[in-house]
Amino acid sequence: MKLQEYTVSKHNFEECMKCTICTAYCPVLQVNPLYPGPKQAGPDGERLRLKDPYFFNYALKYCMNCKRCEVACPSGVNVADLIQAARIKYDSSKPKLRDQLLASTDFMGTVARPVAPIVNGVTSMGIAKTAMDALLKIDRQRTFPKYSPRSFERWLKRREKEQAAFPEQVAYFHGCYVNYNYPQLGKDLVKVLNALGVGVKLLEKEKCCGIAMITNGMSEKAAKNARHNVAALRKAAVDGGLKVVTTSSSCTLTIREEYPNLLGVDNADVRDSIVMATRYIFEKLEKGATLKFKADFHKKIAYHVPCHMEKMGWGVFSEKLLRMIPGVEFTLLDSACCGIAGTYGFKKENYAAAQAIGAALFDQICTVNPDVVACDCETCKWQIEMSTGYTVANPISILAEAIE
Amino acid sequence: MKHDTVIVGGGLAGLVAGISLQRAGRGTAIVSTGQNALHFFSGAFESLQEAPERLTTLFDEAGIRLQYTPGVRLMPLGTFKEAMLSLEDVALFPSPKFGRKVLIVNFMGYHDFFSSFLAEGLEKQGMHCRIRFLSLPEMDQLEKSPSEMRSVQIARTMDRIWEKVVQEVRVLLKDEDTVILPQVFGLQDTSVPGRIRQGIPARVVFVGTLPPSVPGIRTQMLLKRRYEVLGGTYLMGDEALTAHVHDSVVHSIVTKNLDRHYLEADHFILASGGFFSKGLRSNPFSISEPVFGLDVEYDEDRNAWYQKNFSADQPYMQYGVKTDETLHGIAGGVPLKNLYAIGSILGGTHPELGSGAGLAIRSAFAAVDEILTSKTE
Repeated sequence: MKLQEYTVSKHNFEECMKCTICTAYCPVLQVNPLYPGPKQAGPDGERLRLKDPYFFNYALKYCMNCKRCEVACPSGVNVADLIQAARIKYDSSKPKLRDQLLASTDFMGTVARPVAPIVNGVTSMGIAKTAMDALLKIDRQRTFPKYSPRSFERWLKRREKEQAAFPEQVAYFHGCYVNYNYPQLGKDLVKVLNALGVGVKLLEKEKCCGIAMITNGMSEKAAKNARHNVAALRKAAVDGGLKVVTTSSSCTLTIREEYPNLLGVDNADVRDSIVMATRYIFEKLEKGATLKFKADFHKKIAYHVPCHMEKMGWGVFSEKLLRMIPGVEFTLLDSACCGIAGTYGFKKENYAAAQAIGAALFDQICTVNPDVVACDCETCKWQIEMSTGYTVANPISILAEAIE
Repeated sequence: MKHDTVIVGGGLAGLVAGISLQRAGRGTAIVSTGQNALHFFSGAFESLQEAPERLTTLFDEAGIRLQYTPGVRLMPLGTFKEAMLSLEDVALFPSPKFGRKVLIVNFMGYHDFFSSFLAEGLEKQGMHCRIRFLSLPEMDQLEKSPSEMRSVQIARTMDRIWEKVVQEVRVLLKDEDTVILPQVFGLQDTSVPGRIRQGIPARVVFVGTLPPSVPGIRTQMLLKRRYEVLGGTYLMGDEALTAHVHDSVVHSIVTKNLDRHYLEADHFILASGGFFSKGLRSNPFSISEPVFGLDVEYDEDRNAWYQKNFSADQPYMQYGVKTDETLHGIAGGVPLKNLYAIGSILGGTHPELGSGAGLAIRSAFAAVDEILTSKTE
């Protein structure tokens, strides 16, 4: 008998000492009584599930995978990983059409982009929203992200030569959002990196990081994307010796942590090469590089650290970069989840919970009354803009605006 | 990344040190492996001989009012312990017999508050007790799931509906001079305990529940917010792994999240706590301090680490890192010139007497003074 199999669990679950601190920091538990909470769903439930899969509880789907339980845990238990891993292992139900659509961000982008004006017009129409609400259970109160008629990849490909001329090079994992919805963020990154003497390359071909597939019961598809991406990253990072920068905290967490921990895709040789652009830029400036800032730049900025940025522990780089800009009045918002958690808040059954979770953050933003909210996550951006009316910008975009 | 001081550990000791240094104009970072012992904080400080104005001012500026009324504190199981200084909503009495008749009010379905033990303890002191349970429709939702009937979840509801509790208690109250309620008030809205006291025509005493401690979490949130407002960098959920030390001077530490991005500083403070927080680690043969490899004071004979009687004084609780007189941590018999150890990693405390908070505060101030008066090399 392989005793090890029964006595040692992945994700550090045997380290749990039942202190209940995670339950105090779970955003879902505060608003949804159907969710058993991280302790129950995670390490407590795992003991039972290891004995008999019968004990798998479908209410685990209410976990948003925000990882706040892991950040709070004093014992190093990967509580959210335990919950997501259990969903992958035991949940045999097929994902609904809605969940498949929400999760397939690159497929949707490819289809929608060429006809972007039509799609954008339709998704903002009341009648279409009502139809999606009724047919797909996508909440009608949600504002949909707009699609861009031109992809970022196409924009950058046309500048390949110009970028290759810079003395230093990095590769950029732009993610679905920059490519299909908001190429401007990618352009902002190129502007800032060029100002530092760094040219930007695309990966040979990147696919969606797969985060939405993991949480929507499509882990096999996610693993396929993961294997593809790791191979592409390997070409850039290992063969090409390049750093790979990113502008989305959730894509970054997925590639660095979820690939090996949840999908079983080994990324050991590329993991350290993948960094958020704010960290990359901070480190460049620390080593003596300089940026020329506009003399008349003035902005009151409130920075919201996205949950996955908090989990990676890299909010400090974005914070220090923003504080570095002359003319910035900086406020660090209290650590809190905005409630959207990727595709979670789009679902009709989660809409009320998502808004209740974010309420404290929205209130604080209104009290601070900044010119702009800074945030490294695109779905937080949608949620905060929709719920507060304040503009949200990636720290990279703010930096691009502040330099000459 | 370079700071004036990097602090390992974000509990009471680490936060008090961090806030004090930020106030003095020093740039600091705190590395905190998850949440900390403040989540078990009773709300009282025991081992202080006087009210240190420095502490009350520091807390006051963070929005936490402290009161210095030496006496005894009512414990969750109906016993009493000495205390000097406490959070505003934690009552200290001149003597254990603080009332004549007591009404103990608990919530229906809440098992983390021991009304009958309390009553038994108070009866021993000659107080007459009556226990009543409240059932509020607003709490139905919480009762659906056993994991929701916990102090913090109830406290979130109570921040909204505390006025109903006041009304209900007023109805229940007969000729009692004291009302005891579980400590589940004022998590976000710190004015709630005071307003409840105003609304009930008897002395209101809030008594601790099983963890997490609501006043403790509130204290943690307010101190952390104050630290960040002062410009401190709080790295939550990160873990200090190892340190770079040359010629008995610490240059930088390596953390799990920042990996090859080292945290450099002129001074370092080790406030990583005891066994629970993994500031100290043990295996069947030895006890060690994992980050700086400091020498630890413990008995060579493992059988002497503990006593078989579970509730007896446990020797291992006294173990801690070795320091010189000015709290410099000692590694291989030599003090590290710019490293100070503070809080429960020092050992020598009696957690069962609740002296942890006092030690955290006093050692934090001592280390801060050393840093502020020392010359950078």
